[in-house]
Amino acid sequence: MRKTLGRAAVPLLAIAAAFALGAIIVVLIGDDPVETYRLLIGSALSWPDGIGYTLFYATPLIFTGLAVALALHAGLLNIGAEGQLYVGAFAAAWVGIVLAGLSPWVLVPLAMFAAAAAGGAWGAVPGWLKARFGAHEVINTIMMNFIAVALTSYFTQYHFKEAGDPIMQTGPIGEGARIARLGGFIPGLPERIPLNVSFLIAIAACIAVSIFLWRTRWGYSLRATGANPAAAEYGGIRTGRQIIIAMTLSGALAGMVGIGEVLGYRYRFYDGFSAGYGFTGIAVALLARRSPLGVFLAALLFGALLRGGLFVDIFTEKVSKDLVLVLQAIIIIFVASAAGFRLPFTGSSKGEGKV
Amino acid sequence: MDEVFSFALVLSTIRLATPLLLAALGGMFSERAGVINIALEGLLLAGAFTAATVTHFSGNPWIGLMAAIGAGVAVAAIHALATIRFKADQVVTGTAINILFLGVPALLSGALFDSTGATPQIPQRNLLQMAPIVLAFGLVPLSWWVLNRSRFGLRLRAVGENPEAADAAGVRVEAIRWAGVLLSGALAAIGGAYLSVGQSSLFTRNMSAGRGFIALAALIFGKWRPVQTMLACLLFGLAEAVAIQMQGVAGIPVQFIQMIPYLLTMIVLAGFIGSSRAPKALGIPYQKES
Amino acid sequence: MLELREVTKRFGRVLANDRVSLGVRSGTIHAIVGENGAGKSTAMRIAYGFYRADQGSISIDGRIVEIRNPHDAIAAGIGMVHQHFMLIDTMTVTENIVLGAEPGGVALDLERAGARVRELSSAFGLAIDPKARIEDLSVGQQQRVELLKALYREASILILDEPTAVLTPQEVQELFAILRSMRDQGKTIVIITHKLSEVLALSDEVTVMRDGRVVGRRITRETTAADLARLMVGREVLLRVEKGPASPGEPVLEVRDLRVTAQDGSPRVDGVSFEVRRGEIVGVAGVEGNGQTELVEAIAGLVHRGRVAGSIRFAGREIAGASPRERRELGIAHVPEDRHRRGLILELDLRENSILGVHDRPELSRAGGLLDRRAILEKTTRILTAFDVRPPDPELPARALSGGNQQKLVIGRELDAGPRLVLVAQPTRGVDIGAIEFIHGKLIELRDAGCAVLLVSAELEEVTSLSDRLLVLREGTIAGLVDPASTPTETIGLMMTGGAKRGMK
Repeated sequence: MRKTLGRAAVPLLAIAAAFALGAIIVVLIGDDPVETYRLLIGSALSWPDGIGYTLFYATPLIFTGLAVALALHAGLLNIGAEGQLYVGAFAAAWVGIVLAGLSPWVLVPLAMFAAAAAGGAWGAVPGWLKARFGAHEVINTIMMNFIAVALTSYFTQYHFKEAGDPIMQTGPIGEGARIARLGGFIPGLPERIPLNVSFLIAIAACIAVSIFLWRTRWGYSLRATGANPAAAEYGGIRTGRQIIIAMTLSGALAGMVGIGEVLGYRYRFYDGFSAGYGFTGIAVALLARRSPLGVFLAALLFGALLRGGLFVDIFTEKVSKDLVLVLQAIIIIFVASAAGFRLPFTGSSKGEGKV
Repeated sequence: MDEVFSFALVLSTIRLATPLLLAALGGMFSERAGVINIALEGLLLAGAFTAATVTHFSGNPWIGLMAAIGAGVAVAAIHALATIRFKADQVVTGTAINILFLGVPALLSGALFDSTGATPQIPQRNLLQMAPIVLAFGLVPLSWWVLNRSRFGLRLRAVGENPEAADAAGVRVEAIRWAGVLLSGALAAIGGAYLSVGQSSLFTRNMSAGRGFIALAALIFGKWRPVQTMLACLLFGLAEAVAIQMQGVAGIPVQFIQMIPYLLTMIVLAGFIGSSRAPKALGIPYQKES
Repeated sequence: MLELREVTKRFGRVLANDRVSLGVRSGTIHAIVGENGAGKSTAMRIAYGFYRADQGSISIDGRIVEIRNPHDAIAAGIGMVHQHFMLIDTMTVTENIVLGAEPGGVALDLERAGARVRELSSAFGLAIDPKARIEDLSVGQQQRVELLKALYREASILILDEPTAVLTPQEVQELFAILRSMRDQGKTIVIITHKLSEVLALSDEVTVMRDGRVVGRRITRETTAADLARLMVGREVLLRVEKGPASPGEPVLEVRDLRVTAQDGSPRVDGVSFEVRRGEIVGVAGVEGNGQTELVEAIAGLVHRGRVAGSIRFAGREIAGASPRERRELGIAHVPEDRHRRGLILELDLRENSILGVHDRPELSRAGGLLDRRAILEKTTRILTAFDVRPPDPELPARALSGGNQQKLVIGRELDAGPRLVLVAQPTRGVDIGAIEFIHGKLIELRDAGCAVLLVSAELEEVTSLSDRLLVLREGTIAGLVDPASTPTETIGLMMTGGAKRGMK
């Protein structure tokens, strides 16, 4: 118990510090911090809308938080979850549209797989570039974010947009590709709230990642590579392969954001849908100190902030929802400074892996 | 006709290379001192937003530029404090600063101008013209001299290669690293100012569009040396200039043209990183044993 | 006169210096001797401002001086040559020497500095080219740069930390001549060492340390090696490890014409052939950096295949193309020279470190890739008990163990796999004396049980006393294969250097 409290101390302090600094910023731009935070938190905790939407916003953050955390265990910083979730979502929509006639029993799993596979492939590329050439994953994942946004936008605009639709979005996916909203199953939760089955999949993913990392030999190899690549190599682990595996799995987790977004919420691919989920995933993973349970809790926090941010945007005079981005960044800096954990350096003095 | 076209291309290349070059030279001072500066993107945005806002209110782009430098130094100080004083991971901290400057400009412009997307348009006569370009390219020989022929440069290189040895020789490692990081903030912020009150006439959300990272790739491609880094920046500038020229050409979707600089960055990184020798202590916080 | 009074320094749980008081008279060469971990380096690093003492004071010529960092030490006239040179490889000799004490203003005046360097090198007989790059110099020459650095700063007291560890016997003689000449020109020299022959050959006075305390002071002329050894260890020491004769069997490892190149293409191991039979320990002696590391890593499979040529046969089978994992599965274990870099994952706990290299074997990994936690715990407990690792808590991170216990864990893990060949590099580096005896005993036991052992050590005494046959490695080639029991140390030393100008590039 005391150990758990000790582990939670740094994240809790980081959150407190971020809110304190956030309050100062709110005052500086001429608004009322008490009112701002009341809106931010109050609107996220009301039943059923507040909680329903908080969980809805938390879902993609669980996936991206897990994606970043898993890569961190392998010593990699995946800033590319944003791009990976775009290609994942687009792939889910593509399957849902092109194969719309299939039975739901085939179509839904196929679309889910497509989301994970596309995200995984998008993550594998920078993984391979790092393993093969020593090119730093941070630059390459960022570059791939821009490319993913441009590419999905191109396919949406030129191949999947319905004629005359003024909005940059694809046509709808087949009815059989839709997954259920939880509103129908939880008493008191109306079905208009888009919280859907992907939330349960996200919880399952937390458990699966946890088992993978600490209970399997593959997870052991991955963590050994992240903690000390030279020792892992000495122990017969092929570190280059581990880097590719880690980035693929990380990308696949990020790609699974598409499941909830496309199959459970909009039922189509909407250009520019992500509210920076990939970047928030970094804050989630660091705040969670890379633990899957922590990711779940941190995602709830940031889900609440995303939900509350919308209300702050509308109901305060001066503060916009971008306050949430600022809080995130401050939390990351505090956790990184206090926890003092560092990514290992796999590169040699030849400049490999350095940026 | 051809000649005019190519002259315009050269000019456009130089203009587009300028913010990259300023950011990359900034990155060089930080990284040669041993501190990874992945926050260049955020520093560009900080400089761009500050310059646009202050120029809007003061009506003088030079005041805007000075304010941008101040902002760049202040933001770099956050990076320095976290990474040098508290030994935080340099890549993680840099990433946080990049996220911070997605948020801060939007938050402030929302409060100041009631728009989280952009700052107000600045009239043409209040824009910086040639000065940042001259400054950027003039800084190349100056940076070379500082690195290789000045006392500060010797110490900077020493703390980036072997901080323990520098410490043993009586050099104050942390102070030199601070100087390198703050300098990078100032230079990158000038690059950002040129983006908002030079190349365009207002600040728009995320207007740096990855240039901070491209600058970093140019720095690696340029082997952390001023002249080679300038050449790398010109190459990226050329790619962007060509992309812009192509935008009028029928049949090529704009999205593919947008991808060119990003793809080029990845290719360059994969192709040349092996031949590049990074400062030996890059990325490693200096920790005395007691 | 440099004096430390009642200096105490703690690192976490470890009391590195316990009320250390010592005095060094001006114009003398003073040796500080003691085993690894006796606190010699700590005391001198405090004098140089690298560490700050928790208690105690330092005085020079009777005046107490405050030394908070190396800058203060330099100002007080103290210079230090560290065991690992504090040089910047990519810079020139002059740049290194002036760093931190540059002549001129904002601009560097390298001409003036170069002239001063030339002046100093001729005054003290330290021939060196001021414009050469450090990475192009031999180890002996680099040490001269370190001496020049201190002289350039007008140090009157020079501290040298284990200065001979990386030198050939010939270079050692040259260094001693330089140090004597410095003393005769009025400098005060402090030399930290654990080699008693050097103490007797060079110093005027000796201070002996053990377990963080000063345990004795002697005038060198009035003492003997045996006297100093007893003070250092605290009891009578066995100068040789007790072992019976070897009964070697068939060859287990056969290396033919092995060549290993560095990343830059320069040769590190250059056509080496030898064999190791079951039931024998083959030692590899040589000055550090003569290809030992590359030799062992090539046999373990840790060098990129493109950089290795020649044949490595294990139990009759060619393994030069096998992966590190395949080699482990065949029965090759490896105790690496640097346990922090290769041997352990410091953040992970002892269970996870106990399975490094064997984690995917069927006895530890069940179907579906799940690790068998009970089997892992059993294995860990077995290793911790058999090798007396303290504290024996499987959930501790490896970082929490002392150097000796970390090394016992690594050796225990490697031997637990039941190997037929063990590659052992620097098994007792940074390990306390109790653990050294334990480890030596285990290696003999292993040999007597029929295992083949290849032992690399920079400690000549360690390899000569443990090995049954001894290879001497020089510049990546075998300079000799001798019987360590009957070959005088001087002969081995001569082979290590070849009498030629080793180290000149």
